[in-house]
Amino acid sequence: MLWFLFRDFRRPSGERPTVVWWLFVVAVAGVLLVWLPGTLGLAEMLDLSVVFVLALLALSMSFLWGYSGMLSFGQTAYFGLGGYVYAVSAMNLGTTTVPFLLGVLLPMAFALVVGYFIVYGRLSDVYFSVMTLVITLVLNKAVRATSGSQYVVGDVRLGGQNGIPGVPPLQVPWDPATALFIDDVYYLSVILVLVAYVGLRLALASRFGRVLVGVRENEKRLALLGYDPRRYKLGAFVIAGGLAGLSGTMFAVWGNFVAPEMFGLQRAAEVIIWVIVGGKATLIGPIVGVGLIQYLTTWLGTQGVGQVTLVLGIVLIAAVLLFREGLVPTLGTLLLRLTRLRRGDDPNKRDEP
Amino acid sequence: MDTVFTYLYQVGFAVSILVLISLGLALIFGMMKVINLAQGEFLMLGAYFCVLTSSMGAPLWIAIPVAGVLVGLFGVVVERTVIQWLYGRVLDTLLATWGVSLLMIGIVTTVAGPQSHSISSSVGRVVVGGFVVPGWSMVIIAGAVLMLLATYLILRFTNLGLIVRGTMQNPQMARALGTNTSMIYMLTFGFGSALTGLGGALLVPLFGASPTMGGLYIGKAFIAVISGGPLPLIGTMSASGLYGSIDGVMSYLFSPVLGEIIVLLVAIVMLRLLPSGITGGMRKGI
Repeated sequence: MLWFLFRDFRRPSGERPTVVWWLFVVAVAGVLLVWLPGTLGLAEMLDLSVVFVLALLALSMSFLWGYSGMLSFGQTAYFGLGGYVYAVSAMNLGTTTVPFLLGVLLPMAFALVVGYFIVYGRLSDVYFSVMTLVITLVLNKAVRATSGSQYVVGDVRLGGQNGIPGVPPLQVPWDPATALFIDDVYYLSVILVLVAYVGLRLALASRFGRVLVGVRENEKRLALLGYDPRRYKLGAFVIAGGLAGLSGTMFAVWGNFVAPEMFGLQRAAEVIIWVIVGGKATLIGPIVGVGLIQYLTTWLGTQGVGQVTLVLGIVLIAAVLLFREGLVPTLGTLLLRLTRLRRGDDPNKRDEP
Repeated sequence: MDTVFTYLYQVGFAVSILVLISLGLALIFGMMKVINLAQGEFLMLGAYFCVLTSSMGAPLWIAIPVAGVLVGLFGVVVERTVIQWLYGRVLDTLLATWGVSLLMIGIVTTVAGPQSHSISSSVGRVVVGGFVVPGWSMVIIAGAVLMLLATYLILRFTNLGLIVRGTMQNPQMARALGTNTSMIYMLTFGFGSALTGLGGALLVPLFGASPTMGGLYIGKAFIAVISGGPLPLIGTMSASGLYGSIDGVMSYLFSPVLGEIIVLLVAIVMLRLLPSGITGGMRKGI
């Protein structure tokens, strides 16, 4: 059972998901939505919700990096944009359904414009990564500079360094008088992560996903076969931008607060670390990575170590130098070998041509 | 006359700052096609070494070169411990240097605290016509010119410079001719780091030193190096000239942040037209 599952994590693209995988998703959904909430207090629920909110950002990153071969250092640009768009529009309009959608759609539109220039400019690896980072940094600086009272959108002051406090909670679309409470936000974020996970998994098994992975492997060959790699890459970039925007919107809903740190260098580095620690070539790995790193930073905070950046730096260097695959693929490989040894197969033999 | 001078000064100053923060990076990029994401923190380290040396009683004109040398040595250590294992894996190098950047911020904050340090220079103000500028900005302009000149002279007229240029253009051929390219990479990384350290130290009297100061500069430095392309000197000078002029005028007319946003927009459009930078099509040169 576990063996099938890990094989499924290791080779998620191209093939249709197996029954075992569907059972796994249903089981996880059951645990997270039915069993776990009963055992948690509100404070723990609040802490866990943010893991799932950030898991959306990690999924956006691994979809882009692990499957499309584009290492964007600046997914936080769409994350922060989503949060700010939701905050500003919700505080201006008084409702939250339209702002929630705007928080996803505007980052997608921004990703379309940015993506057009950097994908169609055929920027190579380094240029692509660094330009995406620079875009986030400049957005961060621009938002930080809006502390004066002249920077107002509608009735909302942008607030510069201090961010925007008092972002309204999400209302139930068909019943605006009811706002989502802490436990509702937990359920919503778990459901969104499950939907995004299953959605990306199915998208990768579709024709679009296969072409995308093909572009990652050999862009020239795909172009020779008659596909336009740039269209597929731009598509992936926009999808990832929307997912990051959704994550940012949910972050604003979760914390009732947006601040320029959402675009910051530290957050951008954390996204990379989640994905590289969990394993970029899987979709489940980055979610595990978010959980581990969030737990680590919280734990370091309570231990009074103070310098979380120092530890994150060491983790990133060690991950690049020693564990390039990431946690989930490494565990998967180990488990595959163990089970095959027990069955007497040659551990190095692959069961594919 | 005064207006003309004001603009000249603004542009010259902005261009010089760009040269200070990006020349070392451009040299490393030209050599290894790798962006050192810890560039901002190397600047920060240079600034801190300068503060440290001058707090021990050394005058500024000694503290600044000392800071450059120390950061250069630090660069050699980073190259030997982290980067040399990652040659040929460009993206992994970016990630590893990002790790180095976080580590350096963490260490400096732990050792020296999160607060900002500053030192004052004895150079006062310079009055030209009816216009007063801080004297140190003249030192910065002179420093940028000297750094460019020294790099040019070393690369163009010394034996080592010849080997470095050869390795940049064709590492396989350089290796075949008996050059220890790994050693050359190490030296280039060290030299680039030293230039960055010098740049950081030169910035201290105007802007001070704090653990997160790197973040203020890296955006512009990355833009300048990427738009400049693979040839470090011509690339740095042309990109710094272009963006420095835009930034200087826009910052003077509107605000520094708007200047940076416009620089970014120009850079994105430029990269759509010239994807491998201004010097991307040039075969020869430094």
